[in-house]
Amino acid sequence: MKAGFLLDWLAGIGLAVRDKLAELGLAARLFVRLFALTLPTLRRFGLVRDQVFFLGNYSLAIIAVSGLFVGFVLGLQGYYTLQRYGSSEALGLLVALSLVRELGPVITALLFAGRAGTALTAEIGLMKAGEQLSAMEMMAVDPIRRILAPRLWGGVIAMPLLAAVFSAVGIAGGWIVGVLMIGIDAGSFWSQMQGGVDVWRDVGNGVIKSVVFGVTVTFVALYQGFQAQPTPEGVSRATTRTVVVASLAVLGLDFLLTALMFSI
Amino acid sequence: MADLTSSLVEFKQVTFAYPGAKGDRVILKDLSLSVPRGKVTALMGASGGGKTTVLRLIGGQQKASSGKVLFDGQDVSGMAQTALYEARRRMGMLFQFGALFTDLSVFDNVAFPLREHTDLSPALIRDIVLMKLDAVGLRGARELMPSEISGGMARRVALARAIVLDPELIMYDEPFAGLDPISLGTAAQLIRQLNDTLGITSIVVSHDLEETFRIADQVIILANGGIAAQGTPLEVMNSSDPLVHQFVNALSEGPVEFHYPGPDADTDFGLPGRAARQPASSPAKGDRS
Repeated sequence: MKAGFLLDWLAGIGLAVRDKLAELGLAARLFVRLFALTLPTLRRFGLVRDQVFFLGNYSLAIIAVSGLFVGFVLGLQGYYTLQRYGSSEALGLLVALSLVRELGPVITALLFAGRAGTALTAEIGLMKAGEQLSAMEMMAVDPIRRILAPRLWGGVIAMPLLAAVFSAVGIAGGWIVGVLMIGIDAGSFWSQMQGGVDVWRDVGNGVIKSVVFGVTVTFVALYQGFQAQPTPEGVSRATTRTVVVASLAVLGLDFLLTALMFSI
Repeated sequence: MADLTSSLVEFKQVTFAYPGAKGDRVILKDLSLSVPRGKVTALMGASGGGKTTVLRLIGGQQKASSGKVLFDGQDVSGMAQTALYEARRRMGMLFQFGALFTDLSVFDNVAFPLREHTDLSPALIRDIVLMKLDAVGLRGARELMPSEISGGMARRVALARAIVLDPELIMYDEPFAGLDPISLGTAAQLIRQLNDTLGITSIVVSHDLEETFRIADQVIILANGGIAAQGTPLEVMNSSDPLVHQFVNALSEGPVEFHYPGPDADTDFGLPGRAARQPASSPAKGDRS
């Protein structure tokens, strides 16, 4: 009796592990396949351009508004810390570095997952539920090539652009709070920023991050949509999973990338 | 060429099963059938009887567990993706609810296969699309979005899309489901008309006895993973087989049981005196008259 219970328990663990591994394998295969389709996808750039427009537009408003508020807060909190050391002129540098190196890419990716990622998952899940992907296959058109690949590249291109918008608006927000409201000298605000931010080390760092996040978030969204159970419940669960998995992946990767780029 | 045989599609001892945790769920068992060229073949049978599976096997969306699925003499089950896509260009499939691309207009839906597979000029694509839409009576609806048209219209648009590359075979998955009587009559007539004027081979999966018998040249009734009856509509109608009799006369009593297999009713309702001590897998045979 007891041995039977133990065996069932072990088998249960084995099944769960095997399922997870199988899922990982499926995702990896889709990932490789999508990247193998890079050239044919970029050759039909019209499809990618449409997706950049679509995904970018989706998230532009929310990202601009969030950037502004994050900039406001950075201005206030940064001033609070810096004025203790009598170096409140460095506020511009602090705001810019925080945004460009860290907050811009990360918050943009999190918002993108919530706004555009969920839309992508739902779109593809519903296409699957409505047999549109099957219909496409029956027309001898590969849905991975025609639907998924352009969306992946659309997301990869849109993400750094959105992160740039976020950082730019955020810096403007820091300026409004620091210079206009608190009264820091505008000249030192901008010149400290100009002198302290390095194009390659700081801006490049942020761009690399946002490209990696673009691949991650868009791929997670596409995979969840593509593997969704073709039912209303399945699509809604896939949409939730997109936000959870993509957000965790972004935060985890952010630490890895930061650590990696610190060491170089 | 494979024109030696008169059938475009042939199943040779095809078995298909979904693998499951509690053993395989067998859908088709040693099924052999042939679909003659240029004719309308109707596939009928109870829900879950494997009719749609037959279509998916022909389209290569599912692979047979064993046996051969021949399309124009070539085994679809064994094809690599390139060959399969070649074969699919010669097929059209009409899905149950049309499966139109919801983000494209009626015109763009029909133009989709042309834009994907050909380098035709926009002017030529426009002419072809309008011709196909004209054939289904929806030339005037070209600007509408799928959300703006009725279910019957959506299926006609899907039909125009399915024939836009001039396929040799069209498969209809329940083309009459949920249509009002007028749309239903139109749809049936359209299937027959397209078959005759374009010389296409048609396979119709349907539950609608009257319309299907009216337009079909050959009727195949599937049951229990195999063929229960096959022949012209008249032959099938007059079949003496009890299962076919039950089906064509829409009777609830017959070889196809009303009750899903499960524990004995007496066991379930707690009538210990009458309950037979039988395992759960045995169907409730006692319910049959």
